[in-house]
Formats: sequence, structure tokens, C-alpha cells
Amino acid sequence: MTALTASDAETTITSPLGRMLRDIGVITKRNVLRNVRLPQLLLFATIQPVMFLLLFNYVFGGSIGRAPQLAQFGSYINWLVPGIIIQTATFGSSQTAVGLTEDLQAGVIDRFRSLPMARSAVLAGRTISDLIRNAFVSGLMLTVGALIGFRYQTSFLQLVFAFLIAMGFAFSFSWVMAAVGLAVKDTETAQTASFIPLFPLVFASSVFVSVESLPDWLRVFADHQPVTVMANAMRGLMLGEAALPAGTTVGGTVTASLVWIAVILLIFFPLSVRLYRRAAG
Amino acid sequence: MTTNIVDVHDVVRTFGEVKALDGMSLSFEPGIIYGLLGPNGAGKTTLIRVLATLLKPTSGSATVAGIDVVADPDAVRTRIGLAGQFAAVDAYQTGRENVEMVGRLYNLSKREARRRTDEVLERIDLMDAADRQVKTYSGGMRRRLDLAASMVGRPEVLFLDEPTAGIDPRSRLDIWSLIEDLVERGTTILLTTQYLDEADQLAARIGVIDRGTMIAEGTADELKDMVGGSVVQLTVPQEKQSTVVGLLRSVSGDEPTIDQSNGRMSIPASSAQTLLTVARKLEEASITPDDIGLRKPTLDDVFLSITGHAAEVGEAGPKRPARSRE
Repeated sequence: MTALTASDAETTITSPLGRMLRDIGVITKRNVLRNVRLPQLLLFATIQPVMFLLLFNYVFGGSIGRAPQLAQFGSYINWLVPGIIIQTATFGSSQTAVGLTEDLQAGVIDRFRSLPMARSAVLAGRTISDLIRNAFVSGLMLTVGALIGFRYQTSFLQLVFAFLIAMGFAFSFSWVMAAVGLAVKDTETAQTASFIPLFPLVFASSVFVSVESLPDWLRVFADHQPVTVMANAMRGLMLGEAALPAGTTVGGTVTASLVWIAVILLIFFPLSVRLYRRAAG
Repeated sequence: MTTNIVDVHDVVRTFGEVKALDGMSLSFEPGIIYGLLGPNGAGKTTLIRVLATLLKPTSGSATVAGIDVVADPDAVRTRIGLAGQFAAVDAYQTGRENVEMVGRLYNLSKREARRRTDEVLERIDLMDAADRQVKTYSGGMRRRLDLAASMVGRPEVLFLDEPTAGIDPRSRLDIWSLIEDLVERGTTILLTTQYLDEADQLAARIGVIDRGTMIAEGTADELKDMVGGSVVQLTVPQEKQSTVVGLLRSVSGDEPTIDQSNGRMSIPASSAQTLLTVARKLEEASITPDDIGLRKPTLDDVFLSITGHAAEVGEAGPKRPARSRE
């Protein structure tokens, strides 16, 4: 039999950064394969937000859309699409918590943690593969939105920028959800626990309605919380300044959205990596 | 330090109030199978997790291949392989993809990972199923694949946590021969088991642990001597008992033990031959026993003789969450 350990000729990358990127690539591919080979998973992950889009537009659109703050956009669908994309992206990030707890419970994380691989690769591979899925679903939402009447009022570049902001937020929120998953360690708990931050953030926001209709105390929260900031930045970019609350500019909300994304990442990236090191302890 | 491949000194690991490991010490030389025997909750899995760098000990020290598991876990990880209690393989990847992925994470080049994957799949006899998704595999095949994944980095030390728990007898034999094959090729193996016969079959040395500490250690024979080895047990009709006692005395050269509550008699058996001898003598005397058999000592016997109490299942030690998905 040959030597017990791998000789240098059999290994490839020696730089730590190169190894980390390779490990992230390997894990991302593993997770993406699951989505591709279990197409029903992706199908149902897509049907639900599309259903949301259709229901909100055709059921609520008639009454909500007639509110004076929204009526100026002509049709509710223009108001709705940027919001519902950020809603989908935010909800979609909860899959990070679910996927991690599944791997924890199946003993896969134990195997990974016993391997000489980059410590951040399991989490980065998970959040990146979730970002890919999120981009696919959100792209589809935009397409369905366009089919039922959504029209952007600005330039194509601004539309792309708006989409990237949604994806940036989805990615940063995946790290929040990674921390949730690693903290609770159990899939069912993760599923319910992840909704605790999700629901107030998504519904007490400008995703579906104008925050002007909210009671004052709730409006303070709604005005400043990240989902509203994201939805406003996207509306500003897709529909122009007229879509924003009085006194705010497109540049201002876009800057605020980027700051939020950076702050969330700066807090939850190191926190999740720390929790991962101790995971399954 | 020493030539020991695994060296554990007085390791304590607590989870809140529970001491899963309570002054555990263990060392053994390379090239053997070391069997850790103990009931659920004895601390077997916790010890494996400390050695595989998944858990830090609360106190004490442990080295694997001479490397401290706390000071330099990354260096330890390049030398070890781990197969946990549940097959950690992806159902939607093929067998080949699963093993290759682990090979890549051992920092093997693509080509080398592919070459070694072929080699281990061949060795565990999964070549025919290599390109099928694992969701079509049986439980036994998954365990074998999991073992293949732990072998692909050619680890010096392989940690196997209850490698045959919950699989059918046929697959159990397959895994046994695989483990024996591995150690013949120079790998050192530390395995945990709840079954005395498994430790007996595989391990050159056996450590019996209970409540987080080592309570006995030795070869299978030494342990069996401790518990008295196998016995021939029989019951006969009441009126024949005195005749049979004399007959048994002639076989073993000693008084048989008689359980007064049910009249069951037993003598030590060096091998199955003892049973045949007793059976032949009974036949010559035209006595038909109500019941006769060779009884091997079990984990319970080991525990009874060492600790004076039976193995208490699921006692101390934290249980990890139930494994659902594979």
C-alpha cells in the first residue's frame, strides 16, 4: 500500500485563501445540487411567493391600491413588485437556518468540522447557495410581475441595481438566519424561530402598504427598520423619487440600504462563525 | 512524546451539570483496532468527539498522532477520519460525488480525489452503485459509503462511532471485514460499540467505560477471564440431576454451579467443544436435557463482574438531537 498521508504532489492548493475559496466552492456546489436534483423543492419555493404576488395584486390591490398615497402610481402592481421581491428575499433567507440545522442533525456538520477545511466554508457555501436560489426565485417574481402589468419607470441599470440591493439584503439576512439555525440546532425550532424576526420586519414595513397609514408608535419602527429601507431604495430606483415618502431622496435611501446591509454582515458574519465553531457541542 | 498514537490524560468534559467524561485516560499504539465498550451515555461518543476535534475538553489533555487536539486541531484534522453514528452522506448526490467531495475537502487535487474515490469504492464494493444517487441506497450501503468517505483522505487514525449500530446482520459482517482490511493496511482504528462480540471480533485491545471513566482494559481474552468466559448451561429433569452433576464434574474437573431457583447448571466452556462433549456424554447416558446451550458473556456480564451493577442504558451524558434526515 502507498504512503499513509497525502504527499505534496497529491494536494493542490497551498495558500490559505485559495483553499478557503476552493472549499467554499465545493460546499456551494453540494448545496446547489440539492436544489437542482430536488426540483420539487425549488418549485414549491417558487409557487408560494408567486401566489403572494397574484393574491396581493388581485385581492388587496383593489382596496389598498386606491389609498391616496398609492393611487399616484396608477396601478398597485408597480408599488407591489419592489416590495414583494424584498419580502420574498427576506423570507427566503430563513432557508439558511433550515438547511444548517438539517446538516447538523444529519451529522454532516460533524464530518465537515473533522476535516482540514476552511472553518468559514460551510457557512459561506450555505449562504451563497441560498443567495443563488433567492436570485432565481426573485428573478421569476420580477418576470411574473412584468407579465401582469409591472413597468419600471426609470432605466434598466437602475432596475438591475434595485435587484442587487434585494440580493445584498437577502445575503446579509442569511447570516442572521445562520446564527438562528446554529443557536437552536433543531430544524423544526429553526422554522418557527426564524419567523419571529421575519414577520414584524416584513409586515410592519412599506412592503405592502404606505407606512403613513400606520399608528405613530409603529410608524417610528416601520420608517427605520431595514425592510422598509430596502423596499424604499428599490422603489426609488425602479419608480423614481415620486415613489418615496416626502423628504427622502433616492440617493439617501440607497445609501441607507447599503449601510444596513454592511452593518448586518459586520455583526452576524463573525457571530455565526463563532457559533459554528462551537456548534453541536 | 511517546509512540502512542492516541494519548488521553485525565480528560473531563462537562455539559452543564453532567460530567460526560470524568477523568478519562486512554492510550494505545499505532496499527491496532482499539475497541471502546460501554452502554449508552457512558461517554464513548463524547470521547470520540474530543479526539476528532469537535469538542474541547473541560480539563485534561489529549493527543492524536502526537499532536495536541486543543493546541493544533487543524494539524490533527489532516491525520484523522471520522464516521459518526449516522451515515453523514447526501441522499441527492451519487455515491461517487459524496466521496469525491470529502476528498477535495482533504485538499486533494481533483484528479487525485477521483483516483482515490475509485479505489475506496472498489474496496467497499460499491462500484456498481457509484453513479446512483444515495437516496436509492439501503441503510447498510449508506454506512459503507460513509466509511468510504472517512477513508478517502487516507487517515492515520480512523474514529468509528458505533459503526454497526442499527444495521442488518449481513451488512454488519461486511463492515467488520472492511475494518479488518483497513487495519491490515496500516490504519489505526478507534471504534466504539455496545456489543461485546463486536469488540471481541475486531479489537486487539478493549477499554470498558462507564460514567465517563475507564473501568477495565485489556485484550478480549483478559476481559473474558474477568467475567469467566463462556459457559455451557443446561437444565435436566429433576430425577436426573444428581447423575448429570457427576457427569459435568467429569468434563470440567470441578463442581458445576447450580442455580437453585430453576435448577440450571453451568460449567465453564473453553470452546464449543465443551458443549459437544457434554452433549455426547448425555446421549451415552440416555438423558435428554430440557434445555442446553453455550452462552457467551455479554456486556451485562462484563458490567456485573466489574462494577457489580448492570449496564444502565441512557444514563449520564447529553443526547444529541434525534437524527432524522439522511
